[in-house]
Amino acid sequence: MLSLMVLLPIAGLLVQGFSAGIPAFLAAVNTPRTWAALFLSFRLSLVAALFNLVFGLVLAWVLVRYRFPFRKVLNAAVDLPFALPTAVAGIALTALYAPNGAFGHIAKDWGFKIAYTQWGILIALIFVGLPFVTRTVQPVIEEIAREVEEASATLGATRAYTLRRVIWPMLAPAALTGFALSLARAVGEYGSVIFIAGNIPLKTEIAPLLIVIKLEEYNEPGAAAIGIAMLVMSFGMLFVINAAQVLSRKRRGNV
Amino acid sequence: MSDLSHPVPASPFRPAATEAPWLRITLTIAVVAILGVLLFAPLIAVFYEALREGVGASLATLANPESQSAIRLTLLVAAFAVPLNAVFGVAAAWLITKYSFRGKAILITLIDIPFSVSPVVAGLCIVLTFGANSWAGSWLVAHGLPVVFAVPGIVMASMFVTFPFVARELIPVMVEQGRAAEEAALTLGASGWRVFFTVTLPNIRWALLYGVLLCNARAMGEFGAVAVVSGKIRGLTATMPITIEMLYNEYSSVAAFTLAAVLALLALVTLALKTLLEWRYADQLAATHRH
Repeated sequence: MLSLMVLLPIAGLLVQGFSAGIPAFLAAVNTPRTWAALFLSFRLSLVAALFNLVFGLVLAWVLVRYRFPFRKVLNAAVDLPFALPTAVAGIALTALYAPNGAFGHIAKDWGFKIAYTQWGILIALIFVGLPFVTRTVQPVIEEIAREVEEASATLGATRAYTLRRVIWPMLAPAALTGFALSLARAVGEYGSVIFIAGNIPLKTEIAPLLIVIKLEEYNEPGAAAIGIAMLVMSFGMLFVINAAQVLSRKRRGNV
Repeated sequence: MSDLSHPVPASPFRPAATEAPWLRITLTIAVVAILGVLLFAPLIAVFYEALREGVGASLATLANPESQSAIRLTLLVAAFAVPLNAVFGVAAAWLITKYSFRGKAILITLIDIPFSVSPVVAGLCIVLTFGANSWAGSWLVAHGLPVVFAVPGIVMASMFVTFPFVARELIPVMVEQGRAAEEAALTLGASGWRVFFTVTLPNIRWALLYGVLLCNARAMGEFGAVAVVSGKIRGLTATMPITIEMLYNEYSSVAAFTLAAVLALLALVTLALKTLLEWRYADQLAATHRH
């Protein structure tokens, strides 16, 4: 059943993509518009995932270690991007950041445009990837024995040094996993981005949208070619991140 | 132990093992502010835009035939996709945790594939495999069961993207519980099904409910995969998220945001139930959650 639901469709993609031969596949991918869309998708996803890595670590730390009012509500709310349908998130973000929206209006007064530019796409990608790092890192922080930090402090380490040399190595593998998940999600994201992106070819057109456009033009091999290119690039990135994780585990011992 | 000789400190952390107070306060305020802008502002925006012309106006848009058929279709799709995925999730988790066989690692990786594949690519895969141009698609159409641009395709797309949710929640719980209880039941002469319903299922019910909740929220809200597969035929294959898109693009802002508010309420209820489950049955849910 798993193979019917998951593997068969992926096999269908590969068959269609290469049905006209490798040269036709390359011709379909190798156009300025496709390259621009792929480059845009991966570049903005990387920036969004990096933001989510840093912010997710700080958020997880604050949620686990500090005590403040409404902490539990905030903790529950972190999962909102998982639960909120992407189309809903998309129109909500557009309503906020469009030139006549609450935040877009402020930006306009400063001579700055957010919705219908790459900044808008970036905000949508940050939104959908926000919970990943926090949710992978949180359980690890909860399990850190405080004695380790105290030992480090009694041995004369400053707090910054302890965080960098004692805490970070413990969190790094989980943080990298969260980063990879966030990145994969951002690369494939469609619903929350298309409303805010403006979808101008070569400028704010993301790769998943280009697939939809090709399909609407009944250009199935073209759509399949871009789909395969996206799959290959995402798997490549996941492979690199997994390799980095294995390396860091080896270097630091059994963390 | 050593705590007995010390007065209990006001903060659970001793100064050497925490950050300076000014840094703690700054970080907390920064985190709350950023979450306010990134998470709460969009949520408020949905309800604000929906109720812009009053409650009556937004309720009226829910009564129009387009919204009605969208709501019915979304419920129908969830009614097929969620139970099917619950059964497959339990079966997959059962296979992985209670038996050892060759290729188990591959199966675990396969279950996760939908998480790393773009929903649009997932939809594309289904179109290419079951579309009118493929041999499977033409056979199905000839036998009166079109998949693409029809309801079966939407169910399939929803199942593809929500495939991992149930299994992912169950596997860690079932690993932790081991198979001793099942083996005891078997040696006492219970049949396989009886073991499942009287021993296994009660042990995993909260984790199962948790997985089904997440699966349902995602299935009802899925947009990318359904957008590709459904063909967006008004009144026939337009689910709630697709109808939101069509209404929004036609500048029927109140109608679009009202449907969006219904889905946002569903998301909030899901989050509330999920949090409740985590508080009450923390020990029976997996220790770490990864989505």
